[in-house]
Amino acid sequence: MTNKNTDSSGDVRLSGISKTYDNGFTAVQPLDLTVPQGSFFALLGASGCGKTTTLRMIAGLEEPTTGTVHLGDQEVTRLPPYKRPVNTVFQSYALFPHLDIFENVAFGLRRRGIKSVKKQVEDMLELVQLGEQARKKPHQLSGGQQQRVAVARALINTPKVLLLDEPLGALDLKLRRQMQLELKRIQTEVGITFVHVTHDQEEAMTMADTVAVMNAGRVEQLGSPTDLYENPNTTFVANFLGTSNLIEAEVDSRSGGEIVLKAGGGKLVLPEARYAGPTTTGGKVLVGVRPEKISLTHADEAGEIPEGRNRITGTIADSSFIGVSTQYVIDSPVCPEFEVYAQNIDRDDRLVPGAEVVLHWNPAHTFGLDADQDIDAGIQEEATV
Amino acid sequence: MTFVNWLKRHLVVIAGLITLGYLLLPNVVVTVFSFNKPKGRFNYQWQQFSLDAWKDPCGVADMCGSLSISLQIAFWATIGATVLGTMIAFALVRYRFRARGAVNSLIFLPMAMPEVVMAASLLTLFLNMGAQLGFWTILIAHIMFCLSFVVTAVKARVMSMDPRLEQAAQDLYAGPLQTFLRVTLPIAAPGIAAGALLAFALSFDDFIITNFNAGSTVTFPMFVWGSAQRGTPVQINVIGTTMFLVAVLLVLVSMVIGNRRNRQKA
Amino acid sequence: MATLTEAPPPLTPTAPEKKPPRRRGRFTPYWLLLPGILWLLVFFALPMIYQASTSVQTGSLEEGYKVTWHLATYWDALSEYWPQFLRSILYAGAATVLCLVLGYPLAYLIAFRAGRWRNLIMILVIAPFFTSFLIRTLAWKTILADSGPVVSALNTLHVLDVTNWLGWTAGDRVLATPLAVVCGLTYNFLPFMILPLYTSLERIDGRLHEAAGDLYAKPVTTFRKVTFPLSMPGVVSGTLLTFIPAAGDYVNADLLGSTDTRMVGNVIQTQFLRILDYPTAAALSFILMAAILFMVTLYIRRSGTEDLV
Repeated sequence: MTNKNTDSSGDVRLSGISKTYDNGFTAVQPLDLTVPQGSFFALLGASGCGKTTTLRMIAGLEEPTTGTVHLGDQEVTRLPPYKRPVNTVFQSYALFPHLDIFENVAFGLRRRGIKSVKKQVEDMLELVQLGEQARKKPHQLSGGQQQRVAVARALINTPKVLLLDEPLGALDLKLRRQMQLELKRIQTEVGITFVHVTHDQEEAMTMADTVAVMNAGRVEQLGSPTDLYENPNTTFVANFLGTSNLIEAEVDSRSGGEIVLKAGGGKLVLPEARYAGPTTTGGKVLVGVRPEKISLTHADEAGEIPEGRNRITGTIADSSFIGVSTQYVIDSPVCPEFEVYAQNIDRDDRLVPGAEVVLHWNPAHTFGLDADQDIDAGIQEEATV
Repeated sequence: MTFVNWLKRHLVVIAGLITLGYLLLPNVVVTVFSFNKPKGRFNYQWQQFSLDAWKDPCGVADMCGSLSISLQIAFWATIGATVLGTMIAFALVRYRFRARGAVNSLIFLPMAMPEVVMAASLLTLFLNMGAQLGFWTILIAHIMFCLSFVVTAVKARVMSMDPRLEQAAQDLYAGPLQTFLRVTLPIAAPGIAAGALLAFALSFDDFIITNFNAGSTVTFPMFVWGSAQRGTPVQINVIGTTMFLVAVLLVLVSMVIGNRRNRQKA
Repeated sequence: MATLTEAPPPLTPTAPEKKPPRRRGRFTPYWLLLPGILWLLVFFALPMIYQASTSVQTGSLEEGYKVTWHLATYWDALSEYWPQFLRSILYAGAATVLCLVLGYPLAYLIAFRAGRWRNLIMILVIAPFFTSFLIRTLAWKTILADSGPVVSALNTLHVLDVTNWLGWTAGDRVLATPLAVVCGLTYNFLPFMILPLYTSLERIDGRLHEAAGDLYAKPVTTFRKVTFPLSMPGVVSGTLLTFIPAAGDYVNADLLGSTDTRMVGNVIQTQFLRILDYPTAAALSFILMAAILFMVTLYIRRSGTEDLV
């Protein structure tokens, strides 16, 4: 099994695809999406956002209300799941309890009328390091082993696309980390297109080349993990992927590729390139900055902060020490709960709750969002996961 | 005081064992009296030990014939009720359809109806249709009252089955028929088997409904009923004892096999 | 890299030729239901209607019956056979109470105290089912025989004097008395009480007992406040599964009783199979059904357990 081709026969193309259930609930709004051959693609979102429905429409387990599904050049929209060159790793695995591991893995080959499956199955079990367990029943294996059987059972059919529906959801944290790397390794090895559905942003960012963040049946933003993190387009993405501090501000002036904004009493600078919305003077803008980009200086040493940095003053409301960093919650006039993550390099003992501080950061790390959106979108979802 | 304390602590166990004794006493009597040599026509009083009945179990006129009829009816009733009941159970669990509530009540009512009511009304139907009472009317009746029990047993099993298993089969190139034969049926099998076993036991042992709709056909329970008026041959006890022993043996064997399988797995 | 554009809303969202054919047949459930439901409709529901019609017919076996809406049959049946109705309710009620009292400790024993004996006891509870119940009922004739050890023991202990005074037995006999019939009914339907009780007891988390004990409940209080309320579903379905068949039974009354212990089942059976007075038999059977459905509905309402199946 090697990376055989770079052509487009493994592309997944969804055109205008949508799903409305009989009860009137629209799980997926019409969307266009192309997943190129050989990529590791993640659909990320909270439960009920339509990501699993999208996946099931690719698998053929759900019929789209509108739109088409193409695999390469072949239209498969009306094909039943057992006629599609697509396989799925199901949530909680769905291993057949009455068959042993060998027969579970051989199931797809046998259904396609392949007689001599022994060699292939053994090779596949070797790939997922389960050669010893071939004659055990699924319930005798650990969660991690079951997960690998589910992957082997799907991969052995060399599908054009492998679909993974929350494949690691049932594993504990440590095992999940391990399996993330394992899946990534397998994907690189076999070169098959992986479409991975998850609600875990860390999982999506670790494994996928491309992440599509979904919310309420729509794709909010699509891009590489770094791109999504550094340049969120919507408040939902800004809040759902990691944490963002969002400040309501007003356009004051613009000059030399920079927008100057008024927030509270102070001024903030935002690179024009990082804001796509309108910039008429007096217009509202949401200014965002990630907590780890911010430095914290005690108010007594405010004078030592270099010129040209964005600054905000505030009071430490809470601080929690978590080893590699300390997380502060700052009460400031522009934002009641400003989060700051400071690396524990030189700890300043004066930075305790109640202390007056100045927050400052490089203006290049500032991003701007359209102020018409809900400033808290995406926060709730993250908290309940 | 210690005895009173002991009694207090084990009161539940003692009461439970008394009930168990009450349940088993008739079986003990049936077994013991299968070795009796009664004086008159009735086998209610102990006279002397004898193996006569065991040596010649079919020595009573018509008894083994009735046993055979009962077995045949139970066999076909089991098949009929299991097939129809399994289909209904699948429809109830797997599909949405109109009149679901009505279907559920129609399944529930036969189980909540005194047998004598069903028996009498079914006889009214047969009489009105001018049907010839006998093997077929008994079979029809048995399938009818076993059906609900099969539905209940299979439904419980299918309900606890993960629908993703069938989706996984479809995803792995199994068409609808293959999916049913290779995945659904094997996984639902224990429920279907339980339903079938129950249907067999209910049909084989049924008296009231059979008595109304049998015409001149005599099943084993009807033979026993008749002999209670005419005279009870010892062979009845032989059959009863054998049935009890076979049942216990079958259960024990299946448990031993189950245990061994579990041990292999571990 | 992947590309994304928000698709414009489709111009013709459900163009007729584009509408997907329904892959999973929408008629499948009906085909699955059809044979079984038809069977129940024809051989369970339809007979009820026939019976209702028969109950308001008049005529004779020789000349045939006609529907004349002769509702007086119901009145006549009730006024003539009310003692048998009353007896059915009383005997079935007594048997149900006895089943509960006897069955609960055994179900409790299997669920919590049996340990490794659990499976064996379960087998012993179920296995008697496989010996024809008529044979086992006949065995009670031996057990309760006039000269048998049970009767002489009851006699020596003067229990029979008490039961005679209560009208449960007569003379030096137990056989052919109400006591024998109730004893047989209790015996026959006991497993139907034990199994549902066991099922609901087994579901109770053992830690609840510890929690109750930890919260200062004595064993008796624990039972009263925790175990018993949680086993209510089993109690309800157990009593129904015992009471309903017991009220319609005529086997025990026939084999173990006398003409003074005849229940409504006996009357229906005789009217149908011996006297061939179909309207009266149908009316009796209808009254029994109505009475039981009424009581069951009332009972389920009051105990608040709707999901029995």
